[in-house]
Amino acid sequence: MQPVAQDQSVIMRTEGVGKTFGSFVALKDITAEFRHGAITSIIGPNGAGKSTYFNVLSGAFAPSTGKILFEGRDVTGMAQHKFAHLGIAKSFQITNVFPLLTTHENIRVSLQALVSRFDIFRPRTRLSELDDEAEALLERVGLAGQRHRLAGSLAHGEQRALEVGMALASHPRLLLLDEPTAGMSPEETRTMMDLIVRLAQERTVILVEHKMKLVMGISDRLLVLHHGELLAEGTPDDIRRNELVKRVYLGQREH
Amino acid sequence: MANDLAFESSRQPSPLLEWATRHRVALASLFLLVFPLVMPFKALAIMILIYGLYALGFNLLFGYLGLLSFGHSALFGAGAYLCGIAIVHFGWPWYLAIGLGLVAGMAVALVIGALAIRTRGIYFAMVTMALSQCVYYLFYQAVDLTGGENGLRGVNLKLVNIAGFEVDFLNPLSRYYIVCGFVIAALWVLSRILASPFGAVIEAVRENEARARASGYDVTLVRLLTFVLSGAFCGLAGALLALHLSTVPIETMHYETSGLAVMMCLLGGMGTFFGPFIGAAIFLLLENLVSVWTSHWQLFVGLAFMACVLFFPRGIWGTVMDRMRA
Repeated sequence: MQPVAQDQSVIMRTEGVGKTFGSFVALKDITAEFRHGAITSIIGPNGAGKSTYFNVLSGAFAPSTGKILFEGRDVTGMAQHKFAHLGIAKSFQITNVFPLLTTHENIRVSLQALVSRFDIFRPRTRLSELDDEAEALLERVGLAGQRHRLAGSLAHGEQRALEVGMALASHPRLLLLDEPTAGMSPEETRTMMDLIVRLAQERTVILVEHKMKLVMGISDRLLVLHHGELLAEGTPDDIRRNELVKRVYLGQREH
Repeated sequence: MANDLAFESSRQPSPLLEWATRHRVALASLFLLVFPLVMPFKALAIMILIYGLYALGFNLLFGYLGLLSFGHSALFGAGAYLCGIAIVHFGWPWYLAIGLGLVAGMAVALVIGALAIRTRGIYFAMVTMALSQCVYYLFYQAVDLTGGENGLRGVNLKLVNIAGFEVDFLNPLSRYYIVCGFVIAALWVLSRILASPFGAVIEAVRENEARARASGYDVTLVRLLTFVLSGAFCGLAGALLALHLSTVPIETMHYETSGLAVMMCLLGGMGTFFGPFIGAAIFLLLENLVSVWTSHWQLFVGLAFMACVLFFPRGIWGTVMDRMRA
């Protein structure tokens, strides 16, 4: 499918996206664009609909109304597993690894998803190039030398790093991260932020974050959600100056 | 998330274990070839082979994919009945009848799987059990084909022609080795599946469904395919049972037979390659040896099972493998 007369600087676009759960309206009519190569952060107070919006963007939920376009292509309602094949990868808010597989196998399985899924009879060692690639990715996210450890036995920060490695395995053009520093120590947080900035040099990153301070410094653009609606969008400076945002967000005690 | 990681935090493979894993089919085959010579009754050894294969098929779903089915008796029974029906009513040659049994196991797995696969945990167990009961009644009611309550009788096979050689199927030892041939072939196929890229996907889905989906795997399809593969092993086991017993008792399809697979798997060690065989052997040996001196053999098998769950939660073979790893 060819993108039709599409603005090349926009990688993802949501048009009037809404999501309801029963009678509860979690998201209402969000129209927004995500620029190619930028770090865009989605922020907002608790219950603002950040995670719902993230889940819609990453394909975990189909929106109740509206459309999602990725590189000009309508991906609304597409099954979650197809998103990885399109070039969209995500990490979860709650750490999500394969606990009883080794770190290396965690990455290798993720790499394999794009190469061979229903190859049931030939030995997997045949895919030796994946082994090397998995090794390289482990190194990339700072887990070199941990290849034989079971993912479930890693420290929290290491598991999150592993998860980012798994998300990178599908060579995504768009990387979606849901509160990547949740539950991390200050030091782990710094390491993760550095990693995100480095990764963003080669791809578009969309970040959901609760802690506004954390993302102000690294984001190119910010979306502020409040009560399921898009309250404001713009550069960090725009957002800092925005009166509405100050009232609903900055007025609150900082977390 | 699994927190019982105390037993191992690393999988740096030891050279011995790596070697044994690489040659697991050869080692298992060697064991099975010697096995009847140390067994008191050859017929029991054959039953262990057949139920071991059945538990092996079940283990692919339960141990490797992490889905607990309580409906595997339908796959096992369908294999047994279809193999028997092909011989009794249609006079098919034995090898084609076995093939039909295998396909029947896959077909029933496809139907049950397609309906049950979207449910999880206890719901999956209940739905598979309910559906297997439907299959049970279907075969129970089709008296003309299946013999209904009396079971299917007359699955007689006297001589087996293998590559020009007539082999006496009534001789227990030669019968053992014929069944053993199929079991070894099945072990080899299973080993290939587990070592394949798809084998890695099966384990990944067991470990974390949401992550597997986000990585780009169609989890539903992986589950269904694994269920159908599991059905192939169970159907084959059923077909061999029909030939071995010369009859298919209706109990083959009873839900107790489903429970048997769970028990054998847990006894031997779920998610281990050879564990289900060990489990089947222990269960059937206990049943046969204890029932010689008391009719309350189930009491003792039950006690043994409880002891196993308490002291060897990873199963007998699973515990042996852990020790080797440590």
